[in-house]
Amino acid sequence: MTVERIVSETKDQFPIGMRVLAVDDDPTCLLLLETLLRRCQYHVTTTSQAITALKMLRENKNKFDLVISDVHMPDMDGFKLLELVGLEMDLPVIMLSANGDTKLVMKGITHGACDYLLKPVRIEELKNIWQHVVRRKKFDRKVRNNSDSQDKPHADSGEAAGIGKADNSAKINKKRKDQNEDEDEDLDENGQDNDDPSAQKKPRVVWSVELHRKFVAAVNQLGIEKAVPKKILELMNVEKLTRENVASHLQKFRLYLKRISCVANQQANMAAVVGTADSSYLRMGSLNGLGNFHALAGTDQLHNAAFRSFPPSGVLGRLNTPAGLSIRGLPSPGTIQLGHVQNLGHSSNDQSKLQSFIPGNHNTNILQGMPMSLDLDQLQNNKGVSHVGELPTANSTAVFPVSGSLIDSRIAGFSNNPLLGVTSNSLMLEGSSQQANLHASNLRDGVSAAGFQNGNTLSNFASIDPVSSQLRDSKADLQGQAAPINCNAGPMIRSVPQEWNAPRKDAPYQSHLMSSSVNSSIPVNGAMVQLDQCLDRNNSIFHRTVDSDSIGPLNFVDPLSIKHSEGLNSAAMEPPVIEKEGYLMYQLRPHGNHIPDNIGSLEDLASAMMKQDQDKGKPTAGNFRTCI
Amino acid sequence: MLGLAADRLRADTNRLLAFLFHQGILDEQFLQLQQLEDETSPNFVSEVVNIYFHESEKLLRNLRSLLMDKEFSDYNKMGIHLNQFMGSSSSIGAKRIRNVCVAFRAASEQNNRAGCLRALELLEHEYCFLKNKLHELFQIQQQRALAAAVRYPMQN
Repeated sequence: MTVERIVSETKDQFPIGMRVLAVDDDPTCLLLLETLLRRCQYHVTTTSQAITALKMLRENKNKFDLVISDVHMPDMDGFKLLELVGLEMDLPVIMLSANGDTKLVMKGITHGACDYLLKPVRIEELKNIWQHVVRRKKFDRKVRNNSDSQDKPHADSGEAAGIGKADNSAKINKKRKDQNEDEDEDLDENGQDNDDPSAQKKPRVVWSVELHRKFVAAVNQLGIEKAVPKKILELMNVEKLTRENVASHLQKFRLYLKRISCVANQQANMAAVVGTADSSYLRMGSLNGLGNFHALAGTDQLHNAAFRSFPPSGVLGRLNTPAGLSIRGLPSPGTIQLGHVQNLGHSSNDQSKLQSFIPGNHNTNILQGMPMSLDLDQLQNNKGVSHVGELPTANSTAVFPVSGSLIDSRIAGFSNNPLLGVTSNSLMLEGSSQQANLHASNLRDGVSAAGFQNGNTLSNFASIDPVSSQLRDSKADLQGQAAPINCNAGPMIRSVPQEWNAPRKDAPYQSHLMSSSVNSSIPVNGAMVQLDQCLDRNNSIFHRTVDSDSIGPLNFVDPLSIKHSEGLNSAAMEPPVIEKEGYLMYQLRPHGNHIPDNIGSLEDLASAMMKQDQDKGKPTAGNFRTCI
Repeated sequence: MLGLAADRLRADTNRLLAFLFHQGILDEQFLQLQQLEDETSPNFVSEVVNIYFHESEKLLRNLRSLLMDKEFSDYNKMGIHLNQFMGSSSSIGAKRIRNVCVAFRAASEQNNRAGCLRALELLEHEYCFLKNKLHELFQIQQQRALAAAVRYPMQN
């Protein structure tokens, strides 16, 4: 009852009240997503388990209009959920992920997602997701209006709707064809379904074997690359078939082939191509799938087509991600492809073998050769797992020196520093120059090399982060003070007033980073202890810190600790704090555009430190400047 | 006098926020969070942030135990934790933390254990800092709420 009422309401006010099912194992993101969706006036149901989501969807197929799902979930892969939803419920599914890697996005598309959003999700993006629902509905109605009931073959073909729906429909149809020798029955059933739009919300697209044969023959004739819906339509010469029908079928067909090719190759070539050349799988597959397309002009064209038009399979996606991401900004695709081209010769023998296996009816061959799409991911998973370790070593050696040199030129100044190894260069690979963190990390080594004698200079780097005070103390104290990283207040502040006028605008945080990085040079156990204490928010530590220093000159953080322990007594102490940190803030303002100056302040930091300790620091500072 | 406290607390809040944004610790996503807070969800930001803290500590612990393990080799598993941490951090608007995660991911993809360890330490540090700052922010806001609540009876 309630559901029906909601449904009728939503029809009037769409997209308001659109029913969304949100699935994400991360509770933070899930809550945020739910709130955002509610703000868009959608009707939201959330769950953190993919399995629960499926159950809910299966309970009542008309309960939801749209599904949003995270990609990485512990109980089920997001892509698998995507497929199942598309297959069983034929709903639009939007993928969500923190990882926007092209391969993952492509994987989403091939599995039928109608959109792929990156975290953090913005409300503007969510305001538009209703279009996916409308698109499907609209084309459903359009197709039903166009289609006529025919004997055979039925021209009730799909909409040029979202790939997901079309793809899944094709899957369903092909499965049915596989299972039922008598496709007439299927056609009749579907025809009847389609004749009654109101009875069925999501019509089944029916491309009979006969129709599909004509279609493939036409594509064959034109060449897979040059096959355009209009020409295919002309060649097929079937009444009542529209260009849109053909277009959507062509889309489905192309995607379908890609998937088959991956799977078929995995089955056939597992032993032969272990550990390398993932795209060789695809190449092989493309040959397999399109084996009967005689129109294809030469193997080269096909191979090129394979490279270009066939996205990496799930396996490739996984394997390439480590290498791909790590060499972002560098010509990695080219590098990887080079490696794969070399394997071309290898697999040519296998290709001919495969081709010999293809019987005349390539349709059924594709169907038989392909495991259920549901297994696709599992296969890919297995492959992925077995290869993760291999690819990075195989390809990374070719690629990393390039990236390494890039980084080296940036951090040339630090090469002297014994603490800084190649590893930290690699660590910096992803970072951009404006990430103060990374530079601070580099600085850290300089600092530690320079020693801990820079009391006054470091104390300039104000009050906000008292952890710098640890630098002032001897190194032994650092380890002795098992205090949370940024909870030492007193000694820091005392020295601050002396140095107010120093232009250390961003220095506070930088020094904080530095000192924290110094902390990390402390044995790991110490760091762990600190972290635990920090994480546990142990008030006793706060106490200790406060007691050991005078209570008067407190800094920004301490009011927090005091509030923890002493409630409102802190009121008396606040004014001096605020004055000081207000003063600090005033200091910050006159210095123009601050964000890029993070780097500038680091330079100041470096140079200031180096003034204190010129022998060790100078080359570092100098090079640091030039690098940036 | 209470009115003065409210003003002062508001100034505190603004100052703290300005600092956090200026330092790149938070980004505009945090503003989105704040915009989502209204009469219907009055404590939204602190709710979400507390969930974030809870989850992040789990993740950080997992990451550390993974890396501390002598026979550590499962970068994939680490990548999963990291991915979640990155997702939730960017959803909160914790820009710096997210940036460190990016570097961490790079090291992880290169199977660079030392780099990962270093990134983890940096991550822990950044996380602690953010946590303290946000707790401070919430404290001030609580005080403001208290100050606002107390004022009315006094006026009578």
